[in-house]
Amino acid sequence: MLQFSIWKTSFILLICAWGLFSASPNVFYSAAERSNDAVAALETGLPETPELVEARDSYPRYLPTDVVNLGLDLRGGAHLLVEVAVEDIYIERLDGFWTEALRALRDERESVGSIRRQYDNPNELRIRIENADQMPLAIETVAALTSPVVSLSGAGARDFNVSSENNELVITLSDAEKLATDERTMEQSLEIVRRRIDEAGTREPTIQRQGATRILIQVPGIGSVEELLKLLGETAKLTFNQVIGAPTTDAQTNPGAGNFLLPSQDEEGVYYIVDQIPVVGGDELTDAQAAFDQNGQPSVNFRFNTTGARLFGQFTAEHIGEPFAIVLDGKVVSAPVIQSHIAGGSGQITGRFSVEETTRLSILLRAGALPAELRVMEQRTVGPELGADSIAAGKIASIVGFAAVAVFMVMSYGMFGVVANVALFMNVTLIFAMLSAIGATLTLPGIAGIVLTIGMAVDANVLIFERVREELRAGRNPYRAFEEGYSKAFSAIIDGNVTTLIAAVILYMLGSGPIRGFSITLGLGIVTSVFTAVWLTRLIIGTWLNRRQPKTITL
Amino acid sequence: MRLKLVKDETHIKFFKHNKWTFGASLIAVIASLVIFFTNGLNYGIDFRGGTMMRIESPVNSGVGAIRETLAPLGLGDISVTEVFDPSAALTGEVRYEYMLRVEQQGDDETAQNEAVAQVKAALDAEFEGIIYLQTEAVSGKVSGELVFNSLIAVVVAVIAILFYIWLRFEWQFALGAVAALVHDVVLTIGIFSMVGLEFNLSIIAALLTIVGYSLNDTVVVFDRVREHLRRYKTKDLTELFDEAINETLSRTIMTALTTLLALIALYVLGGDVVRGFTFAMIWGVLVGTYSSVFVASEIVLRLGVKRDWSRPDPNAGTQFAETDA
Repeated sequence: MLQFSIWKTSFILLICAWGLFSASPNVFYSAAERSNDAVAALETGLPETPELVEARDSYPRYLPTDVVNLGLDLRGGAHLLVEVAVEDIYIERLDGFWTEALRALRDERESVGSIRRQYDNPNELRIRIENADQMPLAIETVAALTSPVVSLSGAGARDFNVSSENNELVITLSDAEKLATDERTMEQSLEIVRRRIDEAGTREPTIQRQGATRILIQVPGIGSVEELLKLLGETAKLTFNQVIGAPTTDAQTNPGAGNFLLPSQDEEGVYYIVDQIPVVGGDELTDAQAAFDQNGQPSVNFRFNTTGARLFGQFTAEHIGEPFAIVLDGKVVSAPVIQSHIAGGSGQITGRFSVEETTRLSILLRAGALPAELRVMEQRTVGPELGADSIAAGKIASIVGFAAVAVFMVMSYGMFGVVANVALFMNVTLIFAMLSAIGATLTLPGIAGIVLTIGMAVDANVLIFERVREELRAGRNPYRAFEEGYSKAFSAIIDGNVTTLIAAVILYMLGSGPIRGFSITLGLGIVTSVFTAVWLTRLIIGTWLNRRQPKTITL
Repeated sequence: MRLKLVKDETHIKFFKHNKWTFGASLIAVIASLVIFFTNGLNYGIDFRGGTMMRIESPVNSGVGAIRETLAPLGLGDISVTEVFDPSAALTGEVRYEYMLRVEQQGDDETAQNEAVAQVKAALDAEFEGIIYLQTEAVSGKVSGELVFNSLIAVVVAVIAILFYIWLRFEWQFALGAVAALVHDVVLTIGIFSMVGLEFNLSIIAALLTIVGYSLNDTVVVFDRVREHLRRYKTKDLTELFDEAINETLSRTIMTALTTLLALIALYVLGGDVVRGFTFAMIWGVLVGTYSSVFVASEIVLRLGVKRDWSRPDPNAGTQFAETDA
């Protein structure tokens, strides 16, 4: 049986119709893209300017509007792979802990004697005490400074390991804390990077974490990576300011001389009047972490360096009961009330926080400075000129390739070649429809994949037609010959395509960047080519044979 | 009139000169390996680390002048080449495009980015209106990983394919197919080493596609052989292979030609960026078509095949679709 049941027939036609429908916006690429951009802009709450409305309506919105994403190599843009130097933080943390430990041990000086840090290994903190027999007391004192690790995996673990060797205290970061620290470092770096790039207002940047310690940044449309590098190098401004008066909802409030009127970050329409001169700046902050207060409520612990600590201690002593504002990039992140004099340079921000909020707030608090150095491992920039050239070249190559194959097929198989060409056209249409639907990115190697698919997709039809020729020569009637041709060629088609599909899947899984783009179109092309070259042509030829009932055919 | 590249019935004895064809393949493989180990490959920055820049100048700046401009920077080995564009002959448009390659700057990643800035500054000072079409800088650490991942990709693909063929046919066929794949991959690497074309990530993609294409070709022949093995229980194996290859010859030539047509269009018109990739593919289609007959089939012939397909063998292959699709 060559013909399909009515259900199968409708299903095949439905898929083809869907393909044509979904791929259609790509034909009017610039109009559809302009319209999509306008819709996205309006969704972010921009006012409905005539230009935006005009752009939105430049493409009919009742039709499908998803177009394929063009990769950086076609659109132009910058690609950066940066590695975050997470190990830098370990040393910082130990240095920070040394200040705390020193203070605590000083209180016990009568028992432990003189205290001195031994600097021989930057990865551990060694503190020599005079009276080795008081070691248990020293360990107890220092261990009291450690706190439990706030993470899922490291439940029950503490952040520092405290042990002793002769008359030396040995303090190292615990593995659980290292992991937690790495996570924090990465989260913060991603957050900062994201905020930096969003700030610049570029179009659809991609900022992804890659592996344990890397960040992939892709920004379409910028012609030089130097701009991007500068953008990432800039530090956000974080300050601690005194709050003057009550918060207001009137954006026109006159804050008065020497004061600023700043909006709140989280509460919409709330403004704070703060002292223009910050009490402490963000550069005085050494750390901020999500933690829990003594009641078990989520809180944020922060710590200043010595200067910051002194200034902050002084300020808090004088302003108990009053709020102060934590200001980031001109917005008030939070305005907690000072509960007590905060000496020693570390404090705790409590409030009605959830754990997510404290985590975020601690990230924001540290977002002022990149937590660790970013090392650029890979930079790739494609200028918009080359991108446009590549699109043009890809288009021409595809059209010429398609035309050459199509002419060749018609010359070889006549009318059946035309059927194969319909299938081939449908194949390319379906590739674009699927690329648009799944939001995949089309790259130059991706176009190469499509051109290659054009060449290879007719293979299934060639296999079938050659088989039909053999069957015709063996004296079968046309209908029977096609029946045999389709069924006997099928196993070779499946085996051949599965092996290529294996290669495509492995390329996708193990490949990076350009290779992935290629494997997506190649893989999609294999799936769609089996559909169009086997089922679609069979539907067309089967229907034709059934209608005409030819006694003989030439193939 | 129909275009028929191959007569309806051919009776070419493919294995008549098998000593010569197989010997030629063996020699080609050995020669490729020798060239590879003596010449090495012209690794792109993906695999070697370093900086690559593609620039366009409004006037003919000349390779020599660019080289002289960059030499005082002390960035080590710098290569400057003019981009060859065969489509320029068709369009008549003349462009002055140059490719610069700067070797990797030590182990420090930031040095790489500084080198980019230095090169740009030097070029902008010397020439007017330079357009930076493409800039890539890859650190040695990343390129090491890329080499490793690519090797893994090729090895995993070959193993997966070996397994699939073994599942669908028999182990002799799997060995034959994989030998043909290794033959194709080695020969492609050989020609890249010989010609000195840049070997980068996209060439790895090409290698894997060649693997897929060549295999597709081999499978078509094997599929026909499998069919004949069921039909003729006692026919001489060489004759049987000859017949199967003759029957599929028309298709083999047709598919190779359509693929080549598309690839040649891409090679000439697709721009310089994909040219290396397309070159590898064109070569791969030629070699892959050859190898499915003269390497894959040859090896199955030499290994011999279990002939009695009537008795179910638990280790034998299975065929999915003999009946209606």
